Amino acid sequence: MRIRLNDRMVEVDAAPDTPLLWVLRDHLNLRGTKFGCGRALCGACTVHLDGAAVRSCSVPLAAVGGRAVTTVEGLSANRRHAVQRAWIELDVPQCGYCQSGQIMSAAALLAANPAPSDADIDAAMAGNICRCGTYVRIRRAIHRAAELLRGGE
Amino acid sequence: MDRIESAPVPAAAECGQPEGDDALNRRQFLGAATRLGGLVLALSLPLPRTARARSNPASAELNAWLSIAPDDSITILVDRSEMGQGVFTALPMLLAEELEVSLDRVAIVAAPVGDAYFNAANGGQMTGTSNSVQDAWVKLRTAGAQARSMLIRAAAETWGVDAAACRARDGAVIGPSGARLSYGALAERAARLPVPQQVALKAPNEFRLIGRGLPRTDTPAKVDGSAVFGIDVRLPGMLYGTYAQCPVLGGWPESVDASAAQGMAGVHSVLTLDRGVLVLAEHYWQALAARKALRVHWNPGPNAHLDNAGIRALLARAADTDPGLVARSDGDVHSALRGAARTFSATYELPLLAHATMEPMNCTADVRADRCDLYVGTQAQQLSQAAAAVPAGLPPDRVAVHTTLLGGGFGRRLDIDFIPAAVAGSKAAGRPVQVIWTREDDMTHDTYRPPALERVSAGLDADGRLVAWQLHITSPSVTARVAPPVVGVDASVVEAAIDMPYDVPNLSITYTRQEIGIDLGYLRSVSHALNCFVIESFMDELAAASGRDPLEFRMRLLDKQPRHRRVLETAATLAGWGRNAPGRHQGLALMEGYSSKIAQIAEISFDAGKLRVHRIVCVVDCGRMVNPRIVESQIESGIVFGLTAALWGEVTIEGGAVKQNNFDGYRVLRANECPQIVVHLLASEEDPGGIGEVAVPPVAPAVANAIFAATGERLRTLPLGRFKPRGA
Ligand code: FES
Ligand code: FES
Repeated sequence: MRIRLNDRMVEVDAAPDTPLLWVLRDHLNLRGTKFGCGRALCGACTVHLDGAAVRSCSVPLAAVGGRAVTTVEGLSANRRHAVQRAWIELDVPQCGYCQSGQIMSAAALLAANPAPSDADIDAAMAGNICRCGTYVRIRRAIHRAAELLRGGE
Repeated sequence: MDRIESAPVPAAAECGQPEGDDALNRRQFLGAATRLGGLVLALSLPLPRTARARSNPASAELNAWLSIAPDDSITILVDRSEMGQGVFTALPMLLAEELEVSLDRVAIVAAPVGDAYFNAANGGQMTGTSNSVQDAWVKLRTAGAQARSMLIRAAAETWGVDAAACRARDGAVIGPSGARLSYGALAERAARLPVPQQVALKAPNEFRLIGRGLPRTDTPAKVDGSAVFGIDVRLPGMLYGTYAQCPVLGGWPESVDASAAQGMAGVHSVLTLDRGVLVLAEHYWQALAARKALRVHWNPGPNAHLDNAGIRALLARAADTDPGLVARSDGDVHSALRGAARTFSATYELPLLAHATMEPMNCTADVRADRCDLYVGTQAQQLSQAAAAVPAGLPPDRVAVHTTLLGGGFGRRLDIDFIPAAVAGSKAAGRPVQVIWTREDDMTHDTYRPPALERVSAGLDADGRLVAWQLHITSPSVTARVAPPVVGVDASVVEAAIDMPYDVPNLSITYTRQEIGIDLGYLRSVSHALNCFVIESFMDELAAASGRDPLEFRMRLLDKQPRHRRVLETAATLAGWGRNAPGRHQGLALMEGYSSKIAQIAEISFDAGKLRVHRIVCVVDCGRMVNPRIVESQIESGIVFGLTAALWGEVTIEGGAVKQNNFDGYRVLRANECPQIVVHLLASEEDPGGIGEVAVPPVAPAVANAIFAATGERLRTLPLGRFKPRGA
């Protein structure tokens, strides 16, 4: 089976019911996408399908079809995406395990809504658990990333 | 650009074949890491120098924490596990401060097991009790100063000048004539010099790094997916494993029919172990699918009838019948209670909690004939080593522990129950094996935070002043399981209670140990959380009973505690204590723990009967701060963790099995539920206190006290989230 991943076509040799999460991690060695719950409850496995944030643990390979998959590894070269820059500026991560998922959710939010309110952020990020409690900084960093995207420095 | 082929490969996969050096137990501190194949589980700190420094055979080891290569790359080994609390930044800062190098020039790697890395306060190489900085405060600055002194001497000898005329600056030694030699050029010579026993440490006004909010060294790798956690380790030929355990805690497999599973796609083998059944496959998803096809007859063991009511009854009976061991006794509490103008008593109950780290438990083992390599996110390197040695059939010194980044620890990774199956699997299969627990496995086979039943009595004199305080704690002992024997009182059960800051002339703290038949563990802030809830709630009860403001009531008892007074007063000012907006209600709590003092004020409301926490103001005096930015994030983190426990934390057991098995049943705070958090850090010149756990305990009593202020109802059990005010 072939999927479009981070701007390339790649061949995958996995059973069609294999969740995209495990295809990425085990078959394609892209380990930035994390396993947290396996049931679309935590957001650790968030990737983009055609730009929209989805929980890759709950998307079987067969359902990916021709849609473009973007993982944290494909978000930018050299951490240049505004969300990554804001994350670094504010030192958001603690243990870091949830952060790929947080970043992918935040990037999808900003792509759809370049100036989100706190309420927009809450709504878009409620599916991403951070057990280390980085929520306060995530919110600040999303506002900061929005500013960076608008050309602020 | 080719993202697949160029995907970051963690050094674990590059470490190649072990060299088979049989002197594994020699020169333990550095030797293990380098000799076992230049292991750079460098945890992908984004410095290409890292790999070079560690694999550079010419790099000189100046001490257990520091090596410097001829190309000037500097590597600092960190002997505490990075689980989000910032030790990969704060500890290198201590050494770099005295070494006179900036942090961005340093590569950071996790230390192997070694005597030099023992943490005396924890009784081993262990990350816990919030004491990493306290343990390292003098040790690592001394190590940096010694290395600096050796480098200066090496330069002075090279130049034939007096060492006193040379100084170190920014990774180089500068001579009297202005000549300059970089550390890389000096390291080899320096490493052969005797280690000076007496070195002067910088005075605080000379600090260049300590006290600054420097960026965390691990952040870049944590925003691009390249950080290597235990679950990300990849070894050539590695199999994935899933481990089925008896749903009833403490049970074991009686018989296993694996015939259907064996033939499934990708399945390598099925192994029946003492406590569970391990399915190994080429891919994890295949292992999970095969696990569903197992037919296991479980022997539930002794806990088949255990439930929360039974646990509660066990604790209550013990509390009723056992007077307890004395943990602290001041004055004469019995006569003081008899002589008091008014007395009050209450019983508080605290539930079992799950750790629920974001990264489920996992372990990777590579067992060979004469050695075992263990790749694991652990808080306890030596315990891990010992836990692997048994199933590996090797002496512990043949087990090399490679500590990865931890996707959350919270005490869960002090335990070693997730290690043996991976080792047994690798030994049986003759291939490296990574065992990953599902979230369901993780949540239903946690080592839970112990429950407790606490009875508290107090006496007030005619003037409303607290003259007697008696607290009897009944709870299991984690220490008795993980580090037996415990003689007398388990100190980890009575913490916060025996350090109660209030001035009470007659005080008694007693402890009755009552086990409940299941494995329990330390959870972030351990018993501070239980005891702080009881103390700070009951203090509020006493304030209300004597008609005093909760703040004023406490301040009267803190005459001898200027640091506690200051955190409480500052919190009151910042939160606008007593000046809450209509419909908002405040509650406060104070605690001393890990040598830090902390006060929190929660502000809540009820909206159509629904509790909402709007804001938590927190003031901390944790002594001198190595990195205030990390301190602040740890306090924020503790508050969110504490609020999760306060609102929803409760594990329920039915028929010996845990009911909650994922984040739907075990609710944790989410972004949309996170209150405004205001953290204020007080400047202090005292020695550093701990910061990783101290913010957790005050949240529950602060919120419970706010609920009392709002409704007049006193909640003496947690969690609080299910509370509905009368009439709502
Ligand atoms: S692992 Fe996919 S949402 Fe949790
Ligand atoms: S940073 Fe640890 S779970 Fe979010």
